[in-house]
Amino acid sequence: MNTRKLRDIIGTNLMRIATLFIFFLFFSILILLVYRSTLVLGAHSITDVLFTSIWNPDNNQFGLAAVLIDTILVTGIALLVAIPISLLSAVYIVEYAPLRLRRTIRPFIDVLAGVPSVVYGLCAFLFLAPFVKDVVAPWFGVQSTGLCIFSAAMILSIMVFPIIISLCIEAFDAIPISLKEASLSIGATKWETVKKVVFRASAPSVMAAILLGFGRAFGETIAVNMVIGGTIRLPSSIFNPGETLASLIASKYGELMSIPVYESALMLVALILFIVVFLFFFLGFLLLRRAKKRWNY
Amino acid sequence: MELLNKRTIEENIFKILMIASVCIVLGSLIVIFGLVIVNGASSLTLEMITQTPTPSLPGSPPGGGILNAIVGSLLLALPATGFASLIAIGIALFLQADFLHPAVSNTIRFMLDVLWGIPSIIYGIFCLMIMIYIGMSSSLIVGIIALTMLEIPIITRSMDESIKMVPIGLREGSYSLGSTKFETAVRVVRRQAFPGILAGILLGFGRGIGDAASILFTAGFSNHIPTSIFDSTAALPTMIYNLYSTPLGQSKAFAAAFILLMIVLIVSVLSRLLTRRFKKHIIK
Repeated sequence: MNTRKLRDIIGTNLMRIATLFIFFLFFSILILLVYRSTLVLGAHSITDVLFTSIWNPDNNQFGLAAVLIDTILVTGIALLVAIPISLLSAVYIVEYAPLRLRRTIRPFIDVLAGVPSVVYGLCAFLFLAPFVKDVVAPWFGVQSTGLCIFSAAMILSIMVFPIIISLCIEAFDAIPISLKEASLSIGATKWETVKKVVFRASAPSVMAAILLGFGRAFGETIAVNMVIGGTIRLPSSIFNPGETLASLIASKYGELMSIPVYESALMLVALILFIVVFLFFFLGFLLLRRAKKRWNY
Repeated sequence: MELLNKRTIEENIFKILMIASVCIVLGSLIVIFGLVIVNGASSLTLEMITQTPTPSLPGSPPGGGILNAIVGSLLLALPATGFASLIAIGIALFLQADFLHPAVSNTIRFMLDVLWGIPSIIYGIFCLMIMIYIGMSSSLIVGIIALTMLEIPIITRSMDESIKMVPIGLREGSYSLGSTKFETAVRVVRRQAFPGILAGILLGFGRGIGDAASILFTAGFSNHIPTSIFDSTAALPTMIYNLYSTPLGQSKAFAAAFILLMIVLIVSVLSRLLTRRFKKHIIK
């Protein structure tokens, strides 16, 4: 009897320690990033860092405006492409596709989600970038090396498809069938039902799916780094090379680790990434929780 | 003309758009797989998977294979998945209502979700900071720690989803026979949720073995198979990342991508098969 009780106490405490580790990890990452980025914020004001665009570490200038604009452009274009395609695909899979097709598509979407980002990056670098250089850019009448904001946005949109699609499928599935039947029975077409009933009933969870997709696109490092070209300058077109927040860390961290202010500037970039992802996930999960409560899934 | 009214036209237009979207999504998957398989299979020779890279003189093509990356990847991802699973199962079992107030466990779930979502490069630099602070250099062990941190939230959330599904009656049955909370969690809940737990572990492994950003600075890179846990090591993703831009390295990069993709595919299929197999043993 005593050994059982002892085992219970030890086991429970081990589990408690494991759980406390999550708190520890979460806050230690946050505190370390804040602590490490104070150096650059002490030397420059936050508005200086965020709203000037000259990045010249040798000259002690750390303007992030160009990087921020590139990040917003890449993520924005990626989502602009990904959202309609993912939503329509999810609607097709849930409402239109025959059951057998539906059962086969799901595993494909899961596989698409599991492909490592470096593989996406490799394919984008070797095939998408030349395509952009030879076909897309001339079509718009501009010169481009192919390593540009547009290529990065395209590969990112492919990468967020599976995230948005699988969350949307879950959301559409959760809507009570009686709602759809009511709409169909009064003579609405299938698309009208989707537009006026399904979309409206699942709006919070679809929004959550988009936010989570945004979080993923915003923080994607390696694939973007491989195709964006790595230039920190205010972009004049989307066929210019650029640099996003996450890819900046990957490409600059190896060099000049000995300069404390430089390192601190990169820590600030990481902190911005952390905070933005935190906010979007916070919103996303808030919406998702509410939707789950409403439709019980 | 009734058939061609505005509503039917709209219906048809959107149906075509939907089919086009599905084709784009599946098409991009097929294109990526096609590219990697065609290019990877052609550069995948016996030499490629049985030799480490030979140090090349400047100007001459690098020879040898990617054995160091294959071994390195497994040495990084297998222990990391092991550690992460152990910690994750503790957390996932502890998040139940038996142990924690739902408000607390929901806060932890939210933290896990954020940790799941933050870019893996942040784990990389976090570990790098600590590594430099305690005076270590990039090595296998630091890479394992970074991957473990990356995998914990993925595995925990996945396990948690399946543990939540365990019927309360099973737990009550166990308690009524006089088991302690820990015994119930480990012997009853864990067993009932086993397929989901397994799927979580495999998901974490698949994510961990493919991640480059977290091990880029922590595991470093080397041309040799590591001999101790304090050696720096190559891995398949970092191999691709280091070689993709040089024309001579591209065949190696594709061979590495091919192997990586196969591992991810096998893990995904395995997860489906094993889950189905073990589902037979759970109590409905």
